[in-house]
Amino acid sequence: MTTRFETAFAKGPALVCFITGGDGNTAANLDALVEGGADVIELGMPFTDPMADGPAIQEANIRSLDAGTRTADVFRIASEFRARHSQVPLVLMGYANPMIARGADWFAGECAKAGVDGVICVDIPPEEDAELGPALRDKSVSLIRLATPTTDAARLPAVLEGSSGFLYYVSVAGVTGMQQAAQGSIEDAVAKLKAASTIPVAVGFGVRTPEQASAIARVADGVVVGSALVDLVKQHGTDAPAHLRALTASLAEAVHTAR
Amino acid sequence: MTAPTPVNSFRSLPDETGHFGQFGGRYVAETLMPLILDLEKEYRKAQQDPAFWAEFDALMKDFVGRPSPLYYAPRMTEHFRGLAPAGKGPKIYFKREELNHTGAHKINNCIGQILLAIRMGKKKIIAETGAGQHGVATATVAARFGLPCKIFMGAKDIERQKPNVFRMKLLGAEVVSCESGSQSLKDSMNDALRYWVANVHDTFYIIGTAAGPHPYPELVRDFQSIIGKEAREQMLEKEGRLPDMLVAAVGGGSNAIGLFHPFLDDPEVAMTGIEAAGHGIETDKHAASLTGGKPGILHGNKTYLLQDEDGQITEAHSISAGLDYPGLGPEHSWLHESGRVNYVPITDTQALEAFQLCCELEGIIPALESAHALAALPQLTAEMDEDKLLVVNVSGRGDKDIFTVAEALGVEL
Ligand SMILES: Cc1ncc(COP(=O)(O)O)c(C=O)c1O
Repeated sequence: MTTRFETAFAKGPALVCFITGGDGNTAANLDALVEGGADVIELGMPFTDPMADGPAIQEANIRSLDAGTRTADVFRIASEFRARHSQVPLVLMGYANPMIARGADWFAGECAKAGVDGVICVDIPPEEDAELGPALRDKSVSLIRLATPTTDAARLPAVLEGSSGFLYYVSVAGVTGMQQAAQGSIEDAVAKLKAASTIPVAVGFGVRTPEQASAIARVADGVVVGSALVDLVKQHGTDAPAHLRALTASLAEAVHTAR
Repeated sequence: MTAPTPVNSFRSLPDETGHFGQFGGRYVAETLMPLILDLEKEYRKAQQDPAFWAEFDALMKDFVGRPSPLYYAPRMTEHFRGLAPAGKGPKIYFKREELNHTGAHKINNCIGQILLAIRMGKKKIIAETGAGQHGVATATVAARFGLPCKIFMGAKDIERQKPNVFRMKLLGAEVVSCESGSQSLKDSMNDALRYWVANVHDTFYIIGTAAGPHPYPELVRDFQSIIGKEAREQMLEKEGRLPDMLVAAVGGGSNAIGLFHPFLDDPEVAMTGIEAAGHGIETDKHAASLTGGKPGILHGNKTYLLQDEDGQITEAHSISAGLDYPGLGPEHSWLHESGRVNYVPITDTQALEAFQLCCELEGIIPALESAHALAALPQLTAEMDEDKLLVVNVSGRGDKDIFTVAEALGVEL
């Protein structure tokens, strides 16, 4: 059976859009991303201590939790999204503790029930895979791992082992929302990753503009945009969908016509 | 450096993957993983290198002022004997870590870690701090070795620990205010980790307690174990036998594990770790992660954490900034579940009483953290025979806390 990821990445370079669940009207915001042309959705699970995130996504986490978002709400947002959009791959992205709080099996089961295709857990490296990986694979939910500029050739096989869906290349050593890496270093890194893996490689961290997205889409299978979208949610509140749709459309155009 | 430990020893962990039973581990972002593995490799080499320990020992002696005394506390002993049932009330000793350079045990660990940083060729130092004691100790060793240093500190802690903030600045450190979350120790650790991820190539993170990703809990414990090794020799010299009870406050758990670890395989030595119970464990304002929390993952390790059903971390509260943390080191979680160490909660009010009692009876102003350990004495001494020997780790001096204590007692300075 072809997965939603395979279908999405088969069409050419894909635009992957991130927003934090429970920050603003998430259902309307997600619909706007899809209408704008997002190929894959990453839905952030809010956490009190988002250690790998810069100020924009940290604040989105806090806004969401202050608004009372619970894990059950994130799964409700996910399953309602799946009901409205049967084909768009949906990824949950977050931190280990909320994912294991009721047990990894419970979490994986909820993902499967809600139609979640993949999970990115920032603070579970391959060394601690037993914490979450087996439960996800058991339910056929993809574990999407991160590779970074510090992931050397010796480590890469361990990172790829047990991962599926796509590989997320974090192009800068740093937190989300910082400067983008130099295009040259991205090209080198993506070439190495693609030589070592059979799954698509998406590149993120610091991508804000159509120009950046287009340059990356020439070499990578996907481009991830997060903080720039989260900023719009913060700025425009209930009016965010129109702005999200517009930015996503220009990013999607850039990504889809890059090659 | 040390003799091999037997397999079914309490001292043989962590295992080669950095776990203490189900606790510990390396739960960090991929960017940090290679560095953590490097650190472990470098530490393994240092462990086998007599020159490393020779330098460590020399600095301990002449820079830190070790060994710290094991002091018989006569008036505290008499006081509690007077309150205890007939025949009860052990001899009370203080392990006087408050006499160390910079006024707490924190410096022991900082010396060890900065020597590792230098071996690894790192050029910059960062650290988190709660009470400011670890920040001061880090700034001190950074000055001593001429490395630039940034200290991350919660905005709330900067406010309540002003003297230590100024000390750090005098020592040449930059103090970075952390404005997010509860603005205390947990948040300073988040910000230190964020900075570290972006600067791994040249920066060494000196973690201040026996927590964080492997190998930190192990190496911090090893450096702090000088406390227990000395206490062991000193007690054998003074009393000709081992102590019957060890007591220490547990924030992240470094002073406690430092005292406990060398005694873990002596079954006759009982141990009590003190958690901060803030306004009481029945309220939501406490920092007792073993009593009021459950296992989870934060700051690179699996351990007991204060959290809600969704796994969101809840805010800790303690009058003592150094204990105001919603978790503790993974080895303590394991010692708790294995039953080897008994952990007891002590409230702000109990700690304040013990603080004053220690000042008045022994002429020693203890840190509020250490006052939590002293506050276990009423109960422990009432249960122990008078020929028993009890050691309290006075982990730090209380000069930094006088403003907090004055405010709590309603005194205007
Ligand atoms: C004097 C003193 N004791 C104890 C602690 C708690 O830390 P730990 O549990 O790592 O010893 C601190 C922390 O700042 C401290 O300053």
